[in-house]
Order: sequence, then C-alpha cells, then structure tokens
Amino acid sequence: MDDMAEKLDCCSNGPVDEHSSAPWLIGSIPSGQDSCPRVATRLTWADTLGRWKVRWALGRDRYTVQPGLYAVGEADSDSLVFVTANYKMSFDCLRSALHNRNAWILVLDTAGINVWCAAGKRTFGTDNLVDSVANINLAERVNHRKLILPQLGASGISAHIVSQRTGFKIVYGPVRSVDLPAFLDSSMKATPQMRKVEFGMLDRLRLTPVELVISIKYILFAMLVALVASGVSRTGYDLHAAPSRALPALTILLSSWLAGAFFGPVLLPFFPVRSFAAKGAIAGLLAFALAAGVGITQKMTSIETCAWAAIAISIASFLTMNFTGASTFTSPSGVRKEMRVAVPAQIVGILGGIVLLIINLFT
Amino acid sequence: MKYLKNVTTLKLDRDKCIGCGMCMTVCPHAVFVLREKKADITDRDACMECGACAGNCPADAIAVEAGVGCATAFIVGAITGTEPTCDCAKGSKSRC
Repeated sequence: MDDMAEKLDCCSNGPVDEHSSAPWLIGSIPSGQDSCPRVATRLTWADTLGRWKVRWALGRDRYTVQPGLYAVGEADSDSLVFVTANYKMSFDCLRSALHNRNAWILVLDTAGINVWCAAGKRTFGTDNLVDSVANINLAERVNHRKLILPQLGASGISAHIVSQRTGFKIVYGPVRSVDLPAFLDSSMKATPQMRKVEFGMLDRLRLTPVELVISIKYILFAMLVALVASGVSRTGYDLHAAPSRALPALTILLSSWLAGAFFGPVLLPFFPVRSFAAKGAIAGLLAFALAAGVGITQKMTSIETCAWAAIAISIASFLTMNFTGASTFTSPSGVRKEMRVAVPAQIVGILGGIVLLIINLFT
Repeated sequence: MKYLKNVTTLKLDRDKCIGCGMCMTVCPHAVFVLREKKADITDRDACMECGACAGNCPADAIAVEAGVGCATAFIVGAITGTEPTCDCAKGSKSRC
C-alpha cells in the first residue's frame, strides 16, 4: 500500500490521502521518469452506490478524487490526454467512456465540483490547467501536444491562451462523455447533437431528489410552526386540538413542496410560461386546487382558504425558481429579471397569507 | 426549452471575427452559425450567458456578461454580499 501511495504521489499535485487505496485503482504504469496510477474503466457497484448517494444529497461535499495524472489501459507517450474535474462523478463518467482504450486522464483540482459548475467559477480554468500541465511535466510524458477537454469546460478556459502558455492545443470533445467513443472513432468530429446540451425528462428526474432533500427541512420547519400555531383560537390555546386542526395546513404545505420541488421541475416544458417562478406558481395553484378538490379545505373559512392558496402558490413558485440553478439553459440576466418580480410577490404571498390567517382568528 | 426572451447581454462584433468557428464549437445551445465566412448569431434567446464563446474567441470579437443563471446563487450572494456562485449545487449538473 505504501508503494502505491508513493507512486500515486509522483503524478499528483496534492498530498496523498485515503484515495490512494481506492478500489478503482489497478496498479500503476511507467510514465516519463516515474510512474502513474492506473484506473479501471468498468464502474463497480460501489461507484453506482456512490452516485446514488450524491443524487440524494448525501456526502456531496466530499465526493472527490485526488487531482493529478492517471493512466487508462496501456497508456504510453503517444496516448491522448483527457482533462476532467476532481468531482468523482465527472471522473467516473470519463474513465468508463475510455473503456478498452489507452489514454491519460488529467484531473484538475476543482474542489470536488463538476466540470460545468467549476468552469463557471473558473476553478476548471485556464490558470489551473496551465499550472497542472506544468506541475506534472506533461510535455515530457507525451510526444504529442494535444489536450481533450469536455465541451462544458469551455466557459472556464481560453483555448488559445492555454496554447500560448503551454504549447498544448485544446480539442473540445462532446458535451456528454457517453458520446466520447463515437467522437474518438470519427477522428474527433462532433455531430451537432454532441455539441448541444439537453434537459430531458430523465435529466430533470435525476436532479429532483437533491431539490427535494434540500428543501424538505424548511417545509418541515413550516409544518412544525403550523402545527404549534393551530392550537391558537379565540378562546385561548388548546394543545390537544392542534394536531387535528393542523391537518389541512400540513397537507397543503406538503403538497406545495411536492409541487415546487418535484412537479414544477419534472413538468418544466409543459407550463405555458417561460419564467421558472411562474411555472412553480402554476404547479402550486394546481396542487392547491387538487387538495381543495378532495376536501382538504372543506372546514376552512373563505379567508383561510385564500390565505393558504397564497402561501402554497408562493412556496411552490420559490422552489421551482430555485431549479434555475440545476437547469441547463437559464441565463443570469434572465434569472435576475424574473426574480425582480417573483421574489417580492412570493414574500407578499407568504406574509399576506400569514396576516390573513391572523385576521381570520378575530373574525 | 426556451428561457426568457430579449435578456441576453451577448454581443458579436462581426468586423473583428476571423471565422475560425470556435464559438460554434463551444456553445452548448447552437447560438452561432457561420455566414459568409464569419460568425453570426442565429438564436439569440437560446444564450445562457455561460461565457464559453467570449473566452475562447481568439479575435476578441464576442462580449457577454457571463455568470450563473441560478436563483439560489443570487439569493446567497445577496445575503452574504458576495458574487453569485455555484457553490450551493456542487453535483447538480454532472452526468454521463
């Protein structure tokens, strides 16, 4: 194990840590003056389990691989060099796409953030790439002068500046690593489809668990507040009556959470508006209408019903608005524009709803 | 799927363009086409202001106020007084 750690250290930029004994490492192969760790290209159940966990927001902050140079297959000085981020899911996508090939993988230190987000922050960036190429002496390890980057890394990189500073020419590969084999087999020609980012139903479904997990704690808090507040009536406070009185409110809060964090994102293109906040508001309204339809609001006064409608619509609108960050096509200018209207409206909706509920107590 | 109309800050100076096609390569939303050996914007409203085109244009012919189109980032940025960044959503966009 110590031997392995030492070998890993030769090719990496950072200190050796627990990853030196990672199960996806399979020995090492010589490169330049030293040797590099070699990685498996078949993902195991452990990799799949890891991916599932981060999809549910478990340990997402430390799902990393050690930055540095890794070998795939029987990599030698003629093998191509592929660059990726040190988020393990990005790394896994790349190595599995390189199955049955000889290649090098250069992992940049992006603080465990995926390629696209890291490119937005410029940690997957020109300076980091130039420094890494120099630190690992890449020019002495390979005969060619070519780096293959994922296309979505381009927002952090200036290809012509990397060329000037390192002598390496950048080739932007396809957006998705699953297209990498076809790209490599067609002498690195990408089809227009390979260059476009999609955001299909399945992509959106994959991203909703994180939205649900992140927002549930706020909803649970709101439910707790609603539960406690339900004991209040004109005659005083009745703890025993609170749970049964609170049931409609708790149902509405839960349904607005599902509407905003799940149905809004998943059904994104089916709402006839472009603003995410408006899509969420519609989802919230539909969820509330459904709840009312099955009799949840039956015992409410009309003021109470209006109050809860405003609250439900505002919550769902807010949650779907936050899905802009997970989406693949929203611009900062657009998000700023919709937030200027949506955030004040959501605040008015929630505060106004609470005020109406208080007024309801005294009428 | 299309986002809001007429909001992008994307600007292309066709006089400076050398027609290398790099913007067409890096754009994830096919905003650019080549017309008469120079780049042209064909789908302005598809632009998400990621900045890939501007950063990779060797002729400095493209300008855009690049950033993250993320409401959470704007909220966190407003509360903490920092630039909006993707910190909150580490793995959200990653996939094979």
